[in-house]
Amino acid sequence: MHPAPSIILFTTLSGLGFGLLAFLGAGVILPTGLAAFLWFGLGYGLALIGLAASAFHLGHPERALRAFTQWRTSWLSREAVLSAAALLAIAPHAAGLVFWNTPVPVMGAIGAVLCGVTVFATSMIYAQLKTVPRWNHWTTPLVFLLAALTAGALLTGSGYSAQMLLAWLAVAMVLHWILGDGQFARRGSTLGTATGLGLMGRVRQLEPPHTGTNYLLTEMAYVVARRHVRVLRVIALASGCVLPSVLLWSAPYSLLALGIAVLLHLAGMLAQRWLFFAEAEHTVALYYRG
Amino acid sequence: MTSLPEQTERKLGLAIDLDTCVGCHACVISCKGWNTENYGAPLSDTDPYGKDPVGTFLNRVHAYEVTPQDNAPFTVHFPKSCLHCEDAPCVTVCPTGASYKRTEDGIVLVNEDACIGCGLCAWACPYGARELDALAGVMKKCTLCVDRIYNETLPEEDRVPACVRTCPAGARHFGDFADPDSTVSRLSRERGGIELMPELGTRPVNRYLPPRPRDTLQGCAPAPQGDPSTEGLTGFLGWIDRTLSRF
Amino acid sequence: MPRQPAPDLSPRVSDEIRRTTCYMCACRCGINVHLKDGKVAYIEGNRDHPINKGVLCAKGSAGIMQHLSPARLRKPLKRVGPRGSGEFVEISWDEALNTAAAWLKPLRETAPEKLAFFTGRDQSQSFTGWWAQSFGTPNYAAHGGFCSVNMAAAGIYTMGGAFWEFGQPDWDRTRLFMIFGVAEDHDSNPIKMGLGKLKARGARVIAVNPVRTGYNAVADDWLAVTPGTDGLLILALIHELFRLGRIDLDYLIRYTNAPYLVNAEEGAEKGLFLRDETGTPLVLDRRTGQPACWNAAGVQPDPAGDWNGHKTVLRLMAERYLDPAHAPEAVADRCGIPADRIRAVAAELARVAFEEEITLNQPWTDFRGQRHETMIGRPVSFHAMRGISAHSNGFQTCRALHVLQILLGSVETPGGYRFKPPYPKAVETHPKPHAGVTPGQPLDGPHLGYPLGPEHLLINDDNSARRIDKAFTWDNPMSAHGMMHMVIANAHAGDPYKIDTLFLYMANMAWNSTMNTSEVMQMLTDTDESGTYVIPRIIYSDSYSSEMVAFADLILPDTTYLERHDCISILDRPIGEPDSMNDAIRWPVVEPDRDVRGFQSVLLDLGVRLGLPGMVDDDGSARYRDYADYMVRHERRPGIGPLAGWRGNGDGAGRGAPNPDQLERYIDNGGFFTSHIPEGAQFFKPWNQGYQDWAVARGLFDKPAPYIFSLYSEPLRRFQLAAEGYGDRQPPDRLRERIKRTLDPLPIWYEPFEDAMVSQGDFPLHALTQRPAAMYHSWGTQNAWLRQIHGMNPLYVPRKVWEQHGFADGDWAWLTSAHGRIKVPVARMDALNDNTVWTWNAIGKRRGAWALSPDAPEAEKGFLLNHLISELLPDRGDGHRWSNSDPVTGQAAWFDLRVRIEKAPPGPPSEPVHPAQVSPVGQGPTTLARHS
Ligand SMILES: Nc1nc2c(c(=O)[nH]1)N[C@H]1C(S)=C(S)[C@@H](COP(=O)(O)OP(=O)(O)OC[C@H]3O[C@@H](n4cnc5c(=O)[nH]c(N)nc54)[C@H](O)[C@@H]3O)O[C@H]1N2
Ligand SMILES: Nc1nc2c(c(=O)[nH]1)N[C@H]1C(S)=C(S)[C@@H](COP(=O)(O)OP(=O)(O)OC[C@H]3O[C@@H](n4cnc5c(=O)[nH]c(N)nc54)[C@H](O)[C@@H]3O)O[C@H]1N2
Ligand code: SF4
Ligand code: SF4
Ligand code: SF4
Ligand code: SF4
Ligand code: SF4
Ligand SMILES: [Mo]
Repeated sequence: MHPAPSIILFTTLSGLGFGLLAFLGAGVILPTGLAAFLWFGLGYGLALIGLAASAFHLGHPERALRAFTQWRTSWLSREAVLSAAALLAIAPHAAGLVFWNTPVPVMGAIGAVLCGVTVFATSMIYAQLKTVPRWNHWTTPLVFLLAALTAGALLTGSGYSAQMLLAWLAVAMVLHWILGDGQFARRGSTLGTATGLGLMGRVRQLEPPHTGTNYLLTEMAYVVARRHVRVLRVIALASGCVLPSVLLWSAPYSLLALGIAVLLHLAGMLAQRWLFFAEAEHTVALYYRG
Repeated sequence: MTSLPEQTERKLGLAIDLDTCVGCHACVISCKGWNTENYGAPLSDTDPYGKDPVGTFLNRVHAYEVTPQDNAPFTVHFPKSCLHCEDAPCVTVCPTGASYKRTEDGIVLVNEDACIGCGLCAWACPYGARELDALAGVMKKCTLCVDRIYNETLPEEDRVPACVRTCPAGARHFGDFADPDSTVSRLSRERGGIELMPELGTRPVNRYLPPRPRDTLQGCAPAPQGDPSTEGLTGFLGWIDRTLSRF
Repeated sequence: MPRQPAPDLSPRVSDEIRRTTCYMCACRCGINVHLKDGKVAYIEGNRDHPINKGVLCAKGSAGIMQHLSPARLRKPLKRVGPRGSGEFVEISWDEALNTAAAWLKPLRETAPEKLAFFTGRDQSQSFTGWWAQSFGTPNYAAHGGFCSVNMAAAGIYTMGGAFWEFGQPDWDRTRLFMIFGVAEDHDSNPIKMGLGKLKARGARVIAVNPVRTGYNAVADDWLAVTPGTDGLLILALIHELFRLGRIDLDYLIRYTNAPYLVNAEEGAEKGLFLRDETGTPLVLDRRTGQPACWNAAGVQPDPAGDWNGHKTVLRLMAERYLDPAHAPEAVADRCGIPADRIRAVAAELARVAFEEEITLNQPWTDFRGQRHETMIGRPVSFHAMRGISAHSNGFQTCRALHVLQILLGSVETPGGYRFKPPYPKAVETHPKPHAGVTPGQPLDGPHLGYPLGPEHLLINDDNSARRIDKAFTWDNPMSAHGMMHMVIANAHAGDPYKIDTLFLYMANMAWNSTMNTSEVMQMLTDTDESGTYVIPRIIYSDSYSSEMVAFADLILPDTTYLERHDCISILDRPIGEPDSMNDAIRWPVVEPDRDVRGFQSVLLDLGVRLGLPGMVDDDGSARYRDYADYMVRHERRPGIGPLAGWRGNGDGAGRGAPNPDQLERYIDNGGFFTSHIPEGAQFFKPWNQGYQDWAVARGLFDKPAPYIFSLYSEPLRRFQLAAEGYGDRQPPDRLRERIKRTLDPLPIWYEPFEDAMVSQGDFPLHALTQRPAAMYHSWGTQNAWLRQIHGMNPLYVPRKVWEQHGFADGDWAWLTSAHGRIKVPVARMDALNDNTVWTWNAIGKRRGAWALSPDAPEAEKGFLLNHLISELLPDRGDGHRWSNSDPVTGQAAWFDLRVRIEKAPPGPPSEPVHPAQVSPVGQGPTTLARHS
């Protein structure tokens, strides 16, 4: 799949934002006044920037409100509804802390849960797609959720949780990669099933339908070189999980270390997301296979 | 709108004969021509006279080679447009309700006025049947020429999809798969119509009629013999004599 | 369930439909042009039209984009930069026409042959030929000489018609269809419709082609023949039919020269038919054992007779083709087809022809006056095109195929091959070529025709050519369509003489329609010592900014096909169907929005400025207002004009006085005219009294002209006799052996010249081109929709060669012939003859042409094979470079090409790289989203 910057930013930043808001909503820390303003501001900011980034991806962003209507069937619609709900639900709690130094724990908790569900819904936009077997797997929501929670833990400086989550995230990412690598083959879609000609013999593409490119190819037949994959996986794992963990462990009380850990994690997650898209093979690519 | 109808009254679709398709792209261009002028936004082209021309097409013809176990390889031309799936994943993923499957005939359409151009439905379609138009920013797909097949301003015989009307080889058949007596149902039954990627559970309506067995005329089949005693020139002259005596 | 949207299901498609004729290729289908607000909105097929019955190919549907192409020329152009640069200024029509007239007038008065006027795939050859004849130059032809004259001539000499315009399979009844060397062909929609019919009936299709795409892909059986060897294969099939006694003896006796006695006596008559004193050929009458006139009442010819050593044609054929040298096992390796397979095909042909015989209960009367109660049919049919004709052995191979059909008795019988009016037409009834020049006067007769012997050659006493293309000379005596591919090379060499003005119409001679493209571009720009161009003047008419435009001095811009009158005439390249005689028109369904004019009208205007006979009245004024007026009022013979429909008072079909309302009637009828052949006259046409009478009534002939088929071709033998030393016109010695060998009166096979000449070790592969269904030569590239389908062309390489060279996807290769080297992208193909590489034809473009950006993929990754093909064969040390064409007809031998392949550094551009030409029309827009 084409690793479009807008969706990479969308999933990464909104994950970060909702993760932070979930931690704040759950009352893991209870900042007040300006600190609360900054913390919640960061959470809202990341979530909203992420959501805004996703709008860049739209052909008609001005109609985005319509995306709230189909929550019965569409994970994308659910994600829209849930994200709005989460942001609204946490608002009283946030306002309470900023303006009145008083939490509203019920709303915070509801908001925290909604944040988690929002991230889950985001992940399901991808995980539901049978056409992309690598995504269509339980590790997809797992990685998304753990990534969001890890971000929440890191951004709230919750050292112990962060260490635990970083470890779990690392495991989830590795699982997602390893299991993902065989997913397409396990699904059994081949050029033979895609054309129905497989029963008659070995099938290969002779000529593509157009000599130039097309929407399908640019959007869904992105190919990334194997060696790049290996390098990026190492970077994602190291920067996203291992290094932050080492930093936190070696300088548990350093704000600087925490800051660096957060940035490293962010970089790692961007790499992970880039791979998430770039590595994913869509069944459409079968039709163009030589 | 993104819920799929439990069942549709009819199941309109295409039966595409891979035994007959010569890969001429006529259906591709007639589709482009019709749909540029009709349903929704025109199908645009970017850089049409430049280095990298890319346009929206609702129907594209691929070419494959099939190599059987122990016979010569053969070429199959393979037109592909929307299959109007019964369990259309492109519809259920749509956040806006722009994508829908019509209850009366099963045609899967995009209401372009409601489409936000998120592209998710194209991701959900296994077959590459949807393309986001670069200029209009809305999702385009085969409409099964819904604005032809019921079009009362057209003569009755022209109320078929543009691609079907134009196909010089007659490789495209249009009809109702819910009606067991329709041509498409019959063809599909008789010729073993194929469903593409059944493993994905989309239950496509369109069917592909597979190529008939190729290269069956081999030396091993006992050749029907003519007059047995025609060997050599003398034999041949004898045959002439015998034949003439019958005139 | 929520409410679903209710789109408008009955939108109005257009304001108006205008019906005319497609010209995205020469198939000439009927189209419905939908107009919205007076602009073209949508094009679909015309269901009533006899050719396409409503269907339309990709090119046809894309016509709208051709009509709106940014490459359209806008105004006459005068060259200001050097030739080839593309630098022009726009001028007025008056200036353009006066310039042309000023160049041509002195030529006409002093040396008309200094004008060479050649046209491409236009459809007004009867008109352009008439103009050239009136001008008085012998140097006129259309493109047939490099296209398919082998097929046309072989068919005409053998049976009075070949494929395409001359005839087609009986698609409704045929049960076995065999197709040789066809990718697309002119009859492009009808063939697809026909294949569809066969498929629907489950009839068998056998394809003979090194490449398995398109029509060959849907064939049930594929014979991956090695290029240039079809003749061997066909003769092996004939061998089998003789061996099995599976030929239609009755048919051969009645309708062919099989029973004619061939003179065996040494001397000037040897090999000609035995004749009586009136010149009537003789057969051996079984009743008397004595020779008798073939058409004497009650004669019963012995088809295999031998009278005092004079044997019949069939006897000679049996002796020749039963020879083990023609047996399947003898040819299998060379053809690349196992002997068993050849035998199986022969047996199947025989089985279907004789065991699936069809009988129509349709009485008819033959030309002998004999009534037949039924029509017996042999449901086997054939089709073939350039794959067998564009070889240096193509004429004889095409002859062999026609003979095969005749032996099966499947020509003009139900289920077999059927002629389309105005065919069948015996070779003797065609005109003979003329080159009699008198300054200031018309030529002494039509330029082109079918020679019957050396007396019809267009040569001087010293054997030098009278035409610039050297057509109708000893090198290629039966060059019935002229030899357009030789014009530029000969004019450049001043051989046989120098010319002054080269006038071209609708032919991209600086690019894809020429062999040896880079050198031709050089010839067009070459100057002599004084600095003037070796070919001093070039006038060209095109509608678009093609490669050729850049090489002309004066451009006469034509309209698009939707903006002018055209005449698809029976006098020309007709659109008959086996059951009907048809013709059609084009008419301006929209007016041009540029200062361009239909070329035929321009030619008439030029004719008036030159005062050409037939174009001016006695007072010097224009006889015809424009081409539309000519179409209606011109008469070739009294009552016979360009259009057959609605003549006289409106009910004349074929014959009748000019009718001023004729074009209106055509338009009302959808742009075409049809006259159906009566049922009893639809088969056995050459011998069917009913057909002959009908054809006379329709003006196709002036009196009935039945004839019989020539298994044995006497005209060929007459040239052989000359080569053997008989007669007063003698070929040069260097050609004697070749003529004796290749102009055999019975079909033969010989090795293609290039095969015989280059080292097969150095050049192990055959290299071919194929027409893509969705592109027409170079025109399609300006079409925004079509160029997305074919924007570049890889060279397809068979798997064996692919692996041998270690090619991978995305690789590039050097392709080298005896003549040159090019760099090309490669792709693998398995369903391909092991020794053959191929590519799509004419996709590669010169930078700057066709209003494309200079970095267009057509220039960067597209390529022409033409750079590797020379119009002359490599020097073989006899001081003479032989032309790369068929020795009988002069047909360009495009497909004889031998090459070798090597891996090249990956990546574009393809080579050779030519500098960009300046576009006189600028560049196309950057986006398109048209709602008219
Ligand atoms: N779409 C489209 N249609 C066209 C044209 C076009 O440009 N585009 N051009 C028109 C013109 S001008 C012409 S002349 C016709 C030509 O129509 P075709 O005769 O179909 O011409 P080609 O495409 O050259 O195809 C030649 C075929 O012969 C095969 N071949 C080559 N060598 C041999 C051989 O030795 N033996 C056998 N058996 N096969 C061989 C090639 O593989 C190829 O399939 O098409 C006309 N129709
Ligand atoms: N390698 C290789 N080369 C080949 C062949 C092959 O098989 N292989 N085939 C050969 C054959 S058979 C042929 S027929 C030739 C064809 O080659 P060409 O005859 O050169 O065909 P086109 O490229 O179509 O060029 C015709 C020109 O006519 C112009 N034109 C189009 N429409 C109109 C119009 O309405 N009016 C006017 N005035 N001009 C118009 C186009 O712009 C173009 O410049 O190619 C030959 N070249
Ligand atoms: S128009 Fe018909 S024959 Fe041509 S590509 Fe389409 S389906 Fe195949
Ligand atoms: S083919 Fe694709 S676009 Fe069409 S209904 Fe099925 S899933 Fe949807
Ligand atoms: S692109 Fe349009 S039709 Fe497709 S899912 Fe998005 S809103 Fe729905
Ligand atoms: S049915 Fe209509 S929209 Fe669909 S592929 Fe055919 S022409 Fe295109
Ligand atoms: S075959 Fe195609 S391009 Fe040629 S005349 Fe017919 S519709 Fe037009
Ligand atoms: Mo041609």
